[in-house]
Amino acid sequence: MKTNDVIIQFTAKIVFFIIFFFSIHIFMAGHYTPGGGFVGGLLTSSAIVLLVLAYDLNTVRTVLPINYIHLIATGLLLALGTAAFPMFIGKPFFTHFFDYFTLPLIGKTSLHTAMLFDAGVYLVVVGVTMTIIQRIGEDD
Amino acid sequence: MLQVLTIFIPMLAAILVPFFYKIMKNIHTGWFVLAVPVTLAIIYSTYIAKVMEGDVFSATLPWIPSLDIVFVSYLDGLSLLFSLLITGIGSLVVLYSIFYLDKQKEKLHNFYVYLLLFMSAMLGVVQSDHLITLYFFWELTSISSFLLIGYWYTRDASRFGALKSMMITVGGGLMMLGSFILLSIMGNTYSIRELIGMMPDLAQHPFFTWALILLLLGAFTKSAQFPFYIWLPDAMEAPTPVSAYLHSATMVKAGIYLVARFTPIFAISELWIWLVTGIGIVTLFWGSFFAVKQTDLKGILAFSTVSQLGLIMSLLGASAVAIHSQNAPEAIKYAAFAAIFHLINHATFKGSLFMIAGIIDHETGTRDIRKLGGLMSMMPLSFTIAAIGSFSMAGLPPFNGFLSKEMFLTAMLALRNFDFFGFDTWGTLFPIVAWLASIFTFVYSFYFVFKTFAGHYKPEQLPRKPHEAPIGMLIAPMLLALFVIVIFFIPNVIGDMFVKPAVQAIQPFLYDTPAAVDIHVAAWHGLTPELLMTIGIVLIGVLLFVSLPKWQSIYQHFPQTFTLNNAYDKFMVGLDVGLNRLSRRYMIGSMRHYLLYMLGSIAIIVIASLIFKDAFTVSFDDVAPIHPYHIILIIVLVIATIMTMLVKSRLAAIIGLGAVGYTVALFFVIFNAPDLALTQLVIETISVALFLLVFYHLPEIKRKSATAPFKIGRILISVAVGCMVTLVALSAHSQKLVPSIAKYYEETVHDLAGGGNIVNVILVDYRGFDTLFEITVLSIAGMAILAMIKLRMGKKEGQHENK
Repeated sequence: MKTNDVIIQFTAKIVFFIIFFFSIHIFMAGHYTPGGGFVGGLLTSSAIVLLVLAYDLNTVRTVLPINYIHLIATGLLLALGTAAFPMFIGKPFFTHFFDYFTLPLIGKTSLHTAMLFDAGVYLVVVGVTMTIIQRIGEDD
Repeated sequence: MLQVLTIFIPMLAAILVPFFYKIMKNIHTGWFVLAVPVTLAIIYSTYIAKVMEGDVFSATLPWIPSLDIVFVSYLDGLSLLFSLLITGIGSLVVLYSIFYLDKQKEKLHNFYVYLLLFMSAMLGVVQSDHLITLYFFWELTSISSFLLIGYWYTRDASRFGALKSMMITVGGGLMMLGSFILLSIMGNTYSIRELIGMMPDLAQHPFFTWALILLLLGAFTKSAQFPFYIWLPDAMEAPTPVSAYLHSATMVKAGIYLVARFTPIFAISELWIWLVTGIGIVTLFWGSFFAVKQTDLKGILAFSTVSQLGLIMSLLGASAVAIHSQNAPEAIKYAAFAAIFHLINHATFKGSLFMIAGIIDHETGTRDIRKLGGLMSMMPLSFTIAAIGSFSMAGLPPFNGFLSKEMFLTAMLALRNFDFFGFDTWGTLFPIVAWLASIFTFVYSFYFVFKTFAGHYKPEQLPRKPHEAPIGMLIAPMLLALFVIVIFFIPNVIGDMFVKPAVQAIQPFLYDTPAAVDIHVAAWHGLTPELLMTIGIVLIGVLLFVSLPKWQSIYQHFPQTFTLNNAYDKFMVGLDVGLNRLSRRYMIGSMRHYLLYMLGSIAIIVIASLIFKDAFTVSFDDVAPIHPYHIILIIVLVIATIMTMLVKSRLAAIIGLGAVGYTVALFFVIFNAPDLALTQLVIETISVALFLLVFYHLPEIKRKSATAPFKIGRILISVAVGCMVTLVALSAHSQKLVPSIAKYYEETVHDLAGGGNIVNVILVDYRGFDTLFEITVLSIAGMAILAMIKLRMGKKEGQHENK
């Protein structure tokens, strides 16, 4: 029997974006204030889980047609690539580069290759969490 | 170097044997093999003239130079004599085996490969001057002998015999390796010659006695001395050429060789003299006494070999007395000579007797002496050879055994006059036991030849109709029997050629050159006590042999339970069963028990080392002030933990766990770790959710599954582990050896890493390597869950370990 959970579905639609943007914020701010790829990834997954709870797995899959396994692979490759890249220009493995740039719209910003690595962590965490939850949820 | 390579010639020839076997099917493979020992015998006989004059030949071939391990071929009187025995008897045995083993029915390539391997190994044993390579060849003889005994591997008895000989000889070999290592530590060299050079100093070393005992264990197991002789009768399951070669002439004499070779080092010790002489004489009596009990022809010969090896061993022990020359009687000089002389004689007559036993088996189909009889007229040549061998074994003139037995009795009588080490009182036992053993030797020699060839012919009991063996089979035993007689008439030629150089090698402390050995053998040396003893042996021996049917049954009354074979079987089975039971007692297949073992041992090890190393210290110098909300949190944490342990339902336990997790997150907040607090909160939520996911599929907790003592054990061990962790944490906190590197991160986080959040910068920059692999771990966990759920192999395979 399908209950009429319109309130929860409506709330979820809004709260999803709040959590999602918060997670992006946490991820971006990680280098200077608490946060980072790991927590950011977990929060993003919890936002998706909220959708799963309000609707169901298949609906979420149609809304977010992501293969989470690919996400894991992309994350790992990104992390490894960031770490390995300096070796090609004669620097030790895992050398990071950073500098300050003035970008249009945002203004003076610091850009750091560590963020690419953190993005890899973020993707892996989202991928793994969602793989686990999806699989266990589907299993009967 | 060429001299070293000669040792390996049989091994190289062994590689070619299968090719000859496969390609030239019409010719018996043995003919090709025969060339090898014959060539080697010719090569080694060229050394005789030089070695007679006291020359030695030595050559080396580096094997592992950095560890000072080399192959050495060292030819002096002793090793040349053994080399000639190995190649000479080897040639005859190969010749005999050509006629004994059927070309069509037998796997000849296996046989000759093993045999050639054995020959190389044996040559290596007797020529190695290097302890480690000596051990290498020694084990190679054990292995090739194992293969040869198990040659008919489809028979149970063969496999049993092979295994038994392997266990005992390899066990002894390992003991010997221990002795070699001790010797090399004592003398700081692997060379036996150099060790002999530092002989008096070695005796002072604390390892000396250990080296001595371990070496003797090696020698006694290989040479089938009491109580290790039990493998030899079972090794009679081997083909007869193997028995003739390995178990009478060569391998069993490796132990004799070892004792002879190391006599110059150990002779100084009282223990050596008592052990070698004592065990030798006990073996001599034991073997000769039980040989009369046997009903299998090869069984008689096996016990006879045991007994004769004991004789040689006791003579070697007596020869060690000579080093104490001021207290040693003059006649003891005969001992070493007699040992080597008897070794040659034994190789000749025992080889021929084994071959005869093989011929009888081959021609009549049985080796059971109770079925045999009256073969004299049908197999006259075999009978003649058997009679010559047996009379020589019994010590009758005009055969070589007479001479060596006389010298043996001389040496044993001389032991009585040795006023040292208590020989003046107990020494009298030696000639008496030797005399008794000689009587039994006489009885079983006659028993062997007359029960087989004389008496009534029993055609109905024989599987085959007997007739004389083909001449090819008889050549080898005939040659050996010829030697038996020839040696009697020219003992001094043999003495000068072979025995004296060997004696000089055994007793370098007595003689400088072989020519200095002032012993002359004579068949008639006056009316001496030993001649009277021999007359007594013959008289009583004949009496006993004639009355044999009356008293042979006493052996039946000997209780089976107290035999050494029974002890060995019981030991092996007991070992098997006992160890099985032991491992089943603690490997019970329960995870809980294994966890108890692990945690218990960790707790014991850590707490004990804290106590014994005096490492436990507590100091509260560097402790932060405690706030009321710390205490509140700790109380909450403790309550949640206790609840998790004691509750009756799973749901409550999961909630308890969640409470613990959130409290920990609060601790992180208090201790200024915002990143940790964030992560802990999210992770705790997810893991509680996962617990709840699987919760519905789990059965109720069964608290009553464990027994009470087990529960007490669990409580004890968890308390111990808790104490351990607390103690370690307190001690570690109270004594910091190096300052923390946190300062460095604090100072450089902005300039070097371009960041502000130290935790995150450490994670992605300073120590990003760890993070890289942590996300890999996470990915693997995700994949594993995916695989576990998706690729479930079906519930039919549900044999889980802990169910």
